[in-house]
Amino acid sequence: MTDMTVEADVSSSEAAPDRASALRFLKMSDRAFHWMTFLAAVFVLALLGAIIVSLIVGASPALSTFGFGFVVNERWSPSREIFGALAPIYGTIVTSIIAMLIAVPVGLGIAIFLTELCPMALRRPFGVAIELLAGVPSIIYGIWGFFVLAPLLKETLQPALIDIFEHVPLLNALFAGPAYGIGMLTAGLILAIMILPFITAVSRDVFQTVPPVLKEAAFGVGCTTWEVVGNIVIPFTRVGLVGGVMLALGRALGETMAVTFVIGNSHNISASILAPATTISASIANEFQEASAGLYTSSLVALGLLLFVITFLVLSAARLMLMRIERKTGG
Amino acid sequence: MDAKYARRRHTNTVAMTLCWGAALFGISWLAFILVALLWNGVAGLNIAVFTEVTPGPGSTGGGLLNAIVGSLIMTTIGVAIGTPIGMLAGTYMAEYGRYAKLTKVVRFINDILLSAPSIIIGLFIYEAVVVPLGHFSALAGSLALAVIVIPVVVRTTEDMLLLVPNTLREASIALGMPRAYMIMRVAYSAARAGIVTGVLLAIARASGETAPLLFTALSSPFLSLDLGKEMANLPVIINNFAGSPYENWRQLAWTGALLITLAVLTLSVGARVLTRQGAQK
Repeated sequence: MTDMTVEADVSSSEAAPDRASALRFLKMSDRAFHWMTFLAAVFVLALLGAIIVSLIVGASPALSTFGFGFVVNERWSPSREIFGALAPIYGTIVTSIIAMLIAVPVGLGIAIFLTELCPMALRRPFGVAIELLAGVPSIIYGIWGFFVLAPLLKETLQPALIDIFEHVPLLNALFAGPAYGIGMLTAGLILAIMILPFITAVSRDVFQTVPPVLKEAAFGVGCTTWEVVGNIVIPFTRVGLVGGVMLALGRALGETMAVTFVIGNSHNISASILAPATTISASIANEFQEASAGLYTSSLVALGLLLFVITFLVLSAARLMLMRIERKTGG
Repeated sequence: MDAKYARRRHTNTVAMTLCWGAALFGISWLAFILVALLWNGVAGLNIAVFTEVTPGPGSTGGGLLNAIVGSLIMTTIGVAIGTPIGMLAGTYMAEYGRYAKLTKVVRFINDILLSAPSIIIGLFIYEAVVVPLGHFSALAGSLALAVIVIPVVVRTTEDMLLLVPNTLREASIALGMPRAYMIMRVAYSAARAGIVTGVLLAIARASGETAPLLFTALSSPFLSLDLGKEMANLPVIINNFAGSPYENWRQLAWTGALLITLAVLTLSVGARVLTRQGAQK
């Protein structure tokens, strides 16, 4: 900063053309920098456009061959070149539902614990630990699930579920054996554990946006902690919570490595959540390397396009909701 | 009246116990994972892991040298490409175009990219780089990681520059500084800790990503420094070795997983320490 002022002094005292050229240089470099930043910002937009275009181009052979039938056909037969995406779509939705059913209540419970119950001294370390865990790469969850959780479930939880629900109508189809260890339930559980830190971190953040005055007023009229949470905190943060949950849903839908190891990669639609299945991302990860070029590869890219469209919709909705709560706290 | 009060107290106790239970439940699962990882990973930790390349099928011993080197190379290139682009885009959004429509759109799109499934990015680079070049390469892997890095850096750069007080900008403009110099010498210095934090988080994110590398960089059993060829990397080696029938491969998968986790946690803790120092200053 200082050296520039000195420079300007020197040039003005010596000769006018030097000063003019120095100023021109500054002006040029300023403009160049402005343009560079502008182009970089446009590049981010172009990146998303390029992703969409390349997926559509890659998927077009499969989509033009199978048309809308691609989405509703269950059959996936590489040897006959017949590809239908219904089984991966089903697996993706079922595993995500299992994950959300477990992770949302538990995550909210931990967030309430962190903001209302946890001793003050423990809140920071606890919160930091949760945020660190949210950054652990998903392949770690994957190999843990494969080596530790799946064998454990095969021996304990899954036989127990099969026994308990054996004679209960409907539920016995949902928990029909045999216990493989791998399958949709295991995949859903791992997804739940994986998105748990994420849901906790987001909901804790939105809980902290509640003005203390509101909570104090509720406590003042004699509400219990649970009534404060149920009547003040959750209604106040409703939009943000839904946004955070949908962000987590977006992660669960698209998660690859944690699921691939334990889903079983079977293109069958089974009513039992203990059965092996596949998800969109697991199909791509498992089959892409060995897929023959042409229709097979193109069908896998079409699966990717489908996943992208689904997550794009979920994530956009989530972002719009989170933006609404940001505006509320900002203004 | 008394009965009603007792019932409310009762509901509260039940609900709060459930919250305690949820916290214990969540923490015990996560502790379970970390303990299993440490237990199995440390068992295979020895000097050979860092000095020998991955073993062939059926052979004994071996290490992860080629995978570690490959991961370092590709992460470095990915970050080297992604960081400048991300920083410039973030700079536009916070400095030049703070109130522009473009900024709002870019912010929205960037948030989508930030949480888009990483396997999609792998497919994108496969279609955009691997197919035209005709073969898998470390270059494609690095580009895939760059696409992972960009949204993280854009987000933190913008957030951190927005925190810089406007009085600093006005003071330097009033001294006659052109805007670009004000940004580079004043705004960047004021936001330095935050921006470095963002880059560290981006490195952490990129070094653990597996899905985008599965069909861009693939893997290789040799120690290779050639960017035009397939290159081994830790995440894909873990993925390939975990499901194998060989005991030493499985052990290496656990050890590799431990190394990645340690690297990621170290980077995240480093980023956190930096942010706190920045906040205190």
